[in-house]
Amino acid sequence: MAILFKTNKQLESHIEEFLNSVSEGAIVFEQGVKCYIENDSENFSAHLKNINELENKADDLRRTIESMLYTHTLIPEHRGDVLGLLENTDNVIDTMKETLYQFDIETPDIPNALEKDFLNLTSVSIKSAEMLVHAIRAFFVEARAVKDHLHKVLFFENEADRIGNNLKRKVFQMDLDLSKKIHLRYFTLHIQNVSDRAEEVADRLAIYTIKRTI
Amino acid sequence: MLLIYLSSGLFLGWSLGANDAANIFGTAVGTKMVRFKTAAIICGVFIIIGAVVGGAGTTHTLGKLGAVNAIAGAFMVATAAGVTVFWMTKLKMPVSTSQAIVGAIIGWNLFTGSPTDYDSLKKIIFTWIFCPILAALFSMVLFSVVRFIMNRTRMHLLTVDKYTRIGLIIVGAFGAYSLGANNIANVMGVFVPVAPFDDLNVANLFILTGTQQLFFLGGLAIAIGAYTYSRRVMETVGGNLLKLSPETALIIVLAQALVLFVFSSQGLEQWLISHGLPAFPLVPVSSSQAVIGAIIGVGIIKGIRGLKYHTLGGIAIGWVTTPLVACVITFISLFFLQNVFNQQVSQNMSYLMDNVRLIVETLYATSLHKFPI
Repeated sequence: MAILFKTNKQLESHIEEFLNSVSEGAIVFEQGVKCYIENDSENFSAHLKNINELENKADDLRRTIESMLYTHTLIPEHRGDVLGLLENTDNVIDTMKETLYQFDIETPDIPNALEKDFLNLTSVSIKSAEMLVHAIRAFFVEARAVKDHLHKVLFFENEADRIGNNLKRKVFQMDLDLSKKIHLRYFTLHIQNVSDRAEEVADRLAIYTIKRTI
Repeated sequence: MLLIYLSSGLFLGWSLGANDAANIFGTAVGTKMVRFKTAAIICGVFIIIGAVVGGAGTTHTLGKLGAVNAIAGAFMVATAAGVTVFWMTKLKMPVSTSQAIVGAIIGWNLFTGSPTDYDSLKKIIFTWIFCPILAALFSMVLFSVVRFIMNRTRMHLLTVDKYTRIGLIIVGAFGAYSLGANNIANVMGVFVPVAPFDDLNVANLFILTGTQQLFFLGGLAIAIGAYTYSRRVMETVGGNLLKLSPETALIIVLAQALVLFVFSSQGLEQWLISHGLPAFPLVPVSSSQAVIGAIIGVGIIKGIRGLKYHTLGGIAIGWVTTPLVACVITFISLFFLQNVFNQQVSQNMSYLMDNVRLIVETLYATSLHKFPI
């Protein structure tokens, strides 16, 4: 029984670390996009490295959590849900890492007139991911509070869609090569993807929370 | 010879353990919160303790209903109850050992011309009806309290899991104790007046009376039933039939255990009487019906609509059909045991009725006279 209690504590801290990684990943992603737009290549590279490490750490933690849940048959009623939750949350940080890498590989040329819009879109999109992390933390400790955070996830996802659409409209109204326009549209979509992934997890979480409430 | 006669009671105990242990640990094992071996060992140990320590109260009530006073008669009463349970289970009809044994005792009373104590019978029938209702009330209160606590404390899902596991084991042990105390009368009650055991001094530590030794054997039979045959029942209950969360299961097992406890605890009875409160009658009840009552209680609180009325109807029908079937089987089989196998199924009895001492010679010969071959 003592081993079980120790495992419980370890697992709690692993879940915390996993969520911290996602949350930190969101901040690093925002900083990375900002550095790219401001042509601060040194810090951009540092953020790229950082998000890569955070994503790897999140992957390792997720696998450890999965293995511990099944080895020690913990939370048998909810472990399927918890695994689904962690795997899909992992997709959020994956998307952030992939997007930052695309900035590094494809080096999109962002006109000065659109810099503010891109920063704004990034900020709103990662807010959705941050609210998701709050909601997941609540799922583990205070199921009743989950919906207080979930509606914010959905709000910021809608907001990201709105800003993204405006941005794309602006891009296509500018006097640019079509190839450039399409390139910028893709980057808008990549950034929007972060909040889309967060919304997908939020939808699952809403169902898991109903199951979790006695 | 004694063991052959006791075998029917032991078989009844075995089948009770095989079926009713699942009411206590079914969800815990089915949802993999507790390993089967852990559950079976805890269940077995506490059933035996409950039977030996707390089995006297309900046995006394069954004894008042009809004191089966010849071992062959006791054998047939327990066999008939066992056959009834087995047969009705095969026919997928709701059945309870408690109800079968009461019917069987009345069958013996009728066959031997012994009077049935209608006050005891009324008390027993009232308790059967009250049992699922009380279980529902207990589970409603417990569920509300647990939900209140869980909504107001910030407990991690894993911490809840930890406490639920501990709770399932502790409550399971209490449930096993209550099952042993309440249902041992079904298994061994009819053998009490005819048990030939002398008091046994166990290593100068404590003395086991003849009745307690009998209860120990019965408890052992229930425990063996739980260990050898309840696994599949537990996995069915936990995995398919009820679909309870471990937290809800904890509440339901506790409600059921409390019901079985209040209907078997002499200590509680004395405490209530000493405080001028009405005491619960000490009557063997059906743990399965208590579980159904408790589940309905939680359902009511959760606001679930569409209660399965045919399940409730099944319980009510079981109150009538089970004793009736057991009574008829006992009557017929006693006839054969006495007249075909020449076994003594009852002895001389004397009854004290009001101020008139009425000696009723219901001898073996008398019975023979009544039912000639």
